Amino acid sequence: MTPFVADVLIPVGKIVAVILYPMVMVVVMIWLERRVVALMQGRLGPNRVGFQGVLQPVADAVKLFFKEDIIQRQADRLLFNISPLLVMASSLLAFCFVPLGEPIRIGTYTLTLWIAESPVGLLIVLGLSSISVFGVIFGGWASNSKYPLMGALRSVVQVLSYEIPTGLTVLTVAFLARSMDLVEIVRRQESSGVWYGFLMPVSFIVFWISAVAETNRAPFDLPEAESELVAGYHTEYSGMKFAYFYMAEYAHMVLVSSLVVILFFGGWLPPFPGVRALDFLDVVPGFVWYLVKIMFFLYLYVWMRATFPRYRFDSLIRLVWKWLIPLAFVNFLVVALVRYLR
Amino acid sequence: MPETGAERPELLQALAALSGRVPAGLLEGAVEDGELRVRLGNEALIPALRLLKDEHGFSFFEDMAVFDNLGQAGEGGRRFTVVYRLYMFPGARRARLAVDVGEEESLPSAVPVYRAADWAEREAFDMFGVRFDGHPGLRRIYMPDDFEGHPLRKDFPLAGRTGGV
Amino acid sequence: MAFNEIELNMGPQHPSTHGVLRLKLAVDNEVVVRVEPVLGYLHRGMEKLWESLTYVQVVPLTDRLDYLASLSNNLAYVLTVEKLAGIEVPRRARYIRIVLAELQRLASHLAWAGFMANDIGAMSVLLYGFEAREEILDLFEAYCGARLTVHGIRIGGVVQDLDAALVSRIRTVLSRIPKRLADIRALLDENRIWKERTVGIGPITAADAIDLGLTGPALRASGVAWDMRKDVPYSSYDEIDFEVPLGRNGDCYDRYLVRLEEICQSIRIVGQALDGLPEGEHMAKVPRALRIPPAEAYHAIEAPKGVLGFTIRSNGTDKPERVKMRSPSFVNLQSLEHMCVGCLFPDVVGILGSLDIVLGEIDK
Repeated sequence: MTPFVADVLIPVGKIVAVILYPMVMVVVMIWLERRVVALMQGRLGPNRVGFQGVLQPVADAVKLFFKEDIIQRQADRLLFNISPLLVMASSLLAFCFVPLGEPIRIGTYTLTLWIAESPVGLLIVLGLSSISVFGVIFGGWASNSKYPLMGALRSVVQVLSYEIPTGLTVLTVAFLARSMDLVEIVRRQESSGVWYGFLMPVSFIVFWISAVAETNRAPFDLPEAESELVAGYHTEYSGMKFAYFYMAEYAHMVLVSSLVVILFFGGWLPPFPGVRALDFLDVVPGFVWYLVKIMFFLYLYVWMRATFPRYRFDSLIRLVWKWLIPLAFVNFLVVALVRYLR
Repeated sequence: MPETGAERPELLQALAALSGRVPAGLLEGAVEDGELRVRLGNEALIPALRLLKDEHGFSFFEDMAVFDNLGQAGEGGRRFTVVYRLYMFPGARRARLAVDVGEEESLPSAVPVYRAADWAEREAFDMFGVRFDGHPGLRRIYMPDDFEGHPLRKDFPLAGRTGGV
Repeated sequence: MAFNEIELNMGPQHPSTHGVLRLKLAVDNEVVVRVEPVLGYLHRGMEKLWESLTYVQVVPLTDRLDYLASLSNNLAYVLTVEKLAGIEVPRRARYIRIVLAELQRLASHLAWAGFMANDIGAMSVLLYGFEAREEILDLFEAYCGARLTVHGIRIGGVVQDLDAALVSRIRTVLSRIPKRLADIRALLDENRIWKERTVGIGPITAADAIDLGLTGPALRASGVAWDMRKDVPYSSYDEIDFEVPLGRNGDCYDRYLVRLEEICQSIRIVGQALDGLPEGEHMAKVPRALRIPPAEAYHAIEAPKGVLGFTIRSNGTDKPERVKMRSPSFVNLQSLEHMCVGCLFPDVVGILGSLDIVLGEIDK
């Protein structure tokens, strides 16, 4: 394996993969959401474009591509233009640090299934994904209109508030795994035999609720609620810029699902590794298990959207400050205590 | 179902009380078809409404209708007749109060007595041009604010007028 | 406008204003300070139009008032004309009218449930409600060919008789509605998010409600037991046994519960009416050219949205001199400001949904 291949081609290939992987997942999610929500509501959803409507996202993308890109005269052009990019870039950047499986041996070369591994990978991923808040603020402010501004303000408060239980619960995982390296966390779950989601169900549930709120999804989707603020912070966006916001939301969902799976459900580990009867499943590569688990959580996202009414903004904030944060805090103390006593 | 024509004692009582309270303003009064029907003068309207609401239990302002008498004789000779309908439940007691008002005149607003009269009076003003003194904000309700004319008047053409919005 | 107030404009094009309604809101830090509805975007000059049409020609136009419950409008108008002209409606026709009116109430309330839930975010309920409503609209289509603007109730009776096949079809549809209702209730009734959005939101006391002219389920949710069907029974409603659901607190949650309970009661009423359907004609003998000597009449019914009344004055010709409609949504909307002051901005949508207004009726 020449240095050129190892040092240039493979990293570039990985970067392309890291951009493609969430994009492909986004495309799948768009279709999944519309189809699943429709079926839950007793109707069919898109089923004309391509087999079972699978090409619908492509049709949507083409439509959005050809839409007129409208910018108000009073809008702040620079901020208006970079906000979709900020939101998209933050999710994609975070994916660089998300591992997809154990390194694969190809001959003498070990191919790592991540672009970068860091001893504080967890922190980096959370930090990078939080940059999207800037995109939201800039978008709402630069639109120079009341509805987007209100939506942006609400979104910012929501995201910032829900960062706290996210951090606290993630800390419990780091505690148990004694590391903030995402790959290490998965390996620890392998060696400990029980996934952290089952060891610390409270952490998982608090993290999941906070994650749904962070991604502005139902039932916490007030900032972009159609029936109330028209479309929140991305009201004034059209065409490709709107497409970016739209795709970035799904990319963020995929990122969060990946995090949940890695932190709480063993990442790429197969379930029941010790059970003899299930040995035939060993041929399934870890990546496939990973995808299956992520798809479950994405389905859960869609299911929640189809079912629940929307939280009003003050209830949302009350929920996090009065319930989730104290709960996460107590949970952290309990985990720390148990760890200490061992 | 058609209501019986039986007279009801409580309505007769109300009629008697009205003629005691506003003897000059009560131009006609009867209890017919199970409802109290009176014709009042301009100044007697508010005292009559108050009396019926406070002392005879007509707590509900059901409806207010304006009729344009253009080209018709009678009905006091004035252009508009405003009919107030009051209701009391249970017991299905109805009262119909009619007041005549001319084009240039105005009526006292019923809003201080019944808040439900608010938009009804705005509608009357918008569609007929009847003015109500003391209304907390008398302005058009259906037509654009700068519209000229009053559409439900008999001399306003069905197809509308060009000009204005 | 105080210094820290924002003036927000909702509508006339807005996903949740139930039609072309414009709301001018003054909001102080998410708390609503003032609500001013601006009407007239759907004003079609109905009352003026009616003066140039014959009494019979007016009936289809009344469909377009509350277009979600067109048979109720027909019924109110037709009852007033019959009162004015002294037309006696055969007993069978009255029972069929009860069936039609209550089916229409079911359809209207199911649509309302869907819209209110959708505004608050539970999108699936919209489709559950409409799926049930579809079956009722199919019934109307089987009855007289129209789904939405039905005008199946005419002066003197109803347009067609109910044959045995249609009666059994109605019963089948009715038997399916409780399951749908149970689905909706399971999703919303005890859901803590739903309760946070509706309990204690937009309350109105009984005294305020009466003074502001509120009628219909919204009034009954404040504990006032006024239902025109019981108070001034029309069209043989006094021969039917049913209850009038009441609320206690007059908030959005009670208004929601009252309407759901009314759906159950309507199913009961239709069942009784079908069971007791008398023999007879479905239409009285009404002269082709209906000329009514000068008189004035008023009649009100309990429409799904509230008390719907018509004042008609005749002048001896075959066209009315004046028709005035007492629109329940028009008067109910007046209380919106009272209910909204002091609440948060997202609650305006919920309160508006719980009031159940239709712009066709408001703007005429």
